[in-house]
Amino acid sequence: MTRTASPYRYHHGLKDGIPIGLGYLSVSFGFGITAVGKGMEALYAILISMTNMTSAGQVAGVVIIASAGSILEMVLTQLVINLRYSLMGISLTQRLDSRCTTPHRLLMSFGMTDEIFALASSKPYPVGPSYFYGLMTCPYIGWSLGTVLGACAGQILPQEMQLALGIMIYAMFIAIVLPPSTRDKGVLFTVLIAVALSCCLRYIKFLQFISDGFAIILCAVVAATVMALLCPVKETEAPDGGEEKP
Amino acid sequence: MTIQHLFYLLAMALTTYLVRMIPFTLFRKKLTSRFAKSFFAYIPYAVLTAMTIPEVFSATGNLSSAIAGVAVAVILALCKQSLIVVAIGACLATYLVGFLPFF
Repeated sequence: MTRTASPYRYHHGLKDGIPIGLGYLSVSFGFGITAVGKGMEALYAILISMTNMTSAGQVAGVVIIASAGSILEMVLTQLVINLRYSLMGISLTQRLDSRCTTPHRLLMSFGMTDEIFALASSKPYPVGPSYFYGLMTCPYIGWSLGTVLGACAGQILPQEMQLALGIMIYAMFIAIVLPPSTRDKGVLFTVLIAVALSCCLRYIKFLQFISDGFAIILCAVVAATVMALLCPVKETEAPDGGEEKP
Repeated sequence: MTIQHLFYLLAMALTTYLVRMIPFTLFRKKLTSRFAKSFFAYIPYAVLTAMTIPEVFSATGNLSSAIAGVAVAVILALCKQSLIVVAIGACLATYLVGFLPFF
């Protein structure tokens, strides 16, 4: 690594991270509600958020815990769902300054989410550890605080409101998936294949032995593989166009 | 919180961290496979979809209120509303339909 030091300081990152933090506040509120609704203690939901900071992986995680899945199922599910962070990590290594030594990278990698990656990669100059830590700060606070609020709301609100809030995180997933589906037919068919497979695994009797976590893996890997073969993305496209989704 | 819960937490946090950390720390060149790039571009959408459908229809304890919530979420999402607007709209629809006597 021979790149010169990054011009961005901690406070630059802190400022860039504020909108991400606000977005995470609402998504993790939904996660807190869902986790408590599935029988987790509030403190447990908060611990999950503080040690993971990833929406899809955490929701799949509480589904597996609620259905008493195996540890292997948990590991494989997290592996598949979060594999995109590996690609983002690889991509971001190309844009780091010379101060990003291995100890820094060990700490920085904890903050690799879709939005933080997107912002860090969009900077015109290489990124250093202090900027990246600044960028991680607000999203981490927002993600943890939102879970605290959601988990508490899930315990004190009346039953009808809790049930209505149970749809929140899924509504957000719909909001993430639908807009790119209308723009990109590759994404659209990925979504349609995943819907079809997911329904088959749930409703066809002899397929019901497959547990929830494995069902998610199977649907996602098959849908993404088929579409990567049939409709590969253009060389210039960013690896992920999602928004507000850690 | 039981011991089993701690194991789940550990498995989850450790896997998620290692997936982020290993390539970020060790990898020094660029991925060139078009298939791999495409696979990673599609996988988030596939995962979110598989987690939502059909699970969302049992998320509110009442099929009709869930359908109302999903319908409102789909309409608002297609109108390019922000995450929080879609979420609140879906919750409101679910809450209101949950109260209707004939469902």
